[in-house]
Amino acid sequence: MNFGTQLKEGLLTNNPVLVQMLGLCSTMAISTSFFNGLGMGLAVTVILTLSNIIIAAIRKIVPNKIRIAMFIVVIAGFVTMVDLLLQAYVQALSKSLGVFIPLIVVNCIILGRAESFSYKNGVLASAADGICQGLGYTLVLLVMSIVREFLGAGTFGGGILGPGGVLEGGALGAGKGIAILPSQFPMGLMTLPVGGFLMLAFLIAAMQWALSRPKKQSNPAEDSDARPEKQEAAA
Amino acid sequence: MNDQIAKLAAITLGAILSNNFIFSQFLGICPFMGVSKKIDTATGMGLAVIFVMGLASAITWVVYKLILVPLNLTYMQTVAFILVIASLVQFIEMFLQKFVPSLYTALGVYLPLITTNCAVLGVALLNIQEDYNFIESVVYGVTGGIGFLLAIVLLASVREKLVFADYPKSFEGFPIALVAAGLMALAFMGFSNLQIW
Repeated sequence: MNFGTQLKEGLLTNNPVLVQMLGLCSTMAISTSFFNGLGMGLAVTVILTLSNIIIAAIRKIVPNKIRIAMFIVVIAGFVTMVDLLLQAYVQALSKSLGVFIPLIVVNCIILGRAESFSYKNGVLASAADGICQGLGYTLVLLVMSIVREFLGAGTFGGGILGPGGVLEGGALGAGKGIAILPSQFPMGLMTLPVGGFLMLAFLIAAMQWALSRPKKQSNPAEDSDARPEKQEAAA
Repeated sequence: MNDQIAKLAAITLGAILSNNFIFSQFLGICPFMGVSKKIDTATGMGLAVIFVMGLASAITWVVYKLILVPLNLTYMQTVAFILVIASLVQFIEMFLQKFVPSLYTALGVYLPLITTNCAVLGVALLNIQEDYNFIESVVYGVTGGIGFLLAIVLLASVREKLVFADYPKSFEGFPIALVAAGLMALAFMGFSNLQIW
């Protein structure tokens, strides 16, 4: 398996959120501003890559029966490191993500990739898988947070750009975002939980539509196989 | 004493309605979406979650206050809590299998799934963050579980009716359930400024 296919799978055809339906909690909860989405995405990518590498490296000496416990210990270790680093150097992010940073431990993407990929593959392939899947997650978070921020607050790049933002010498997380819509237009609903549920529903529906479109060369039998498989993954 | 009761009532009301774990804190969405296809399985999952969240709140609070704080190890809380929860779930499973087989078969497959339910780890972390005392922590855990049960049973009843609904094919499965959950979250927002007296 080469890096190109893995990247395509991670970003689109086997996207952790939109196709595998993993890690929904954090996706909906923190995608309210550009800064949160980017920060969370990068944090998860780093943790996923590191834990994939370690799990792939120790996979031969871990007995099958206690593998889940081992995975969780490895993941929790990396999450604690990232949590402490963020608290020390990027306090604004650590404050706005709050309890969702330690909760990366139970983010199903990381445990899911450990179980389904890195426990069966070599170190290099697992590292590539971690990066690709992490980028796929980051991509979804960015799309969701840009749309939700635009519709909900009428701004772009909240936390990084705009008045008081990084470009004007402000601290990370202080920017108000570049105002695009006049203040009477935005519907605050989109930044509330409702907006998260609806936005994710439409994104997944768009993904299912795109994947179920008949391809020019593929035979129809392959297409009809895709549906039950996806529902199994959902269950 | 009255203050204590008022605070407990506020925690209860918050955890079940205005600050529901699913609809306003986004904790425990995975099992919420995964196991809400039928009402009876959803009820089983909800009951298991109440049980584990209550016990986990109690044990993690004790571990934090009596072990981590005196030893200056509070930075290890994430690792410690997840280990406590994982072994607690395993222990409950073995205990039920031996002594209450009927409950064990009823909860069956849902028990192991609870380890990775972020509501359980979430409640443990929030108890510490909010600086709740022991009783408040347990009450928060149990009522948070009740809020989860309420949400998952409501969604399961909606999803059972969805069979008859006419919606675009791309929305099949997860998306339409998410839309339903979103509308329920909207309804739950009505509770958001709920205050007792």
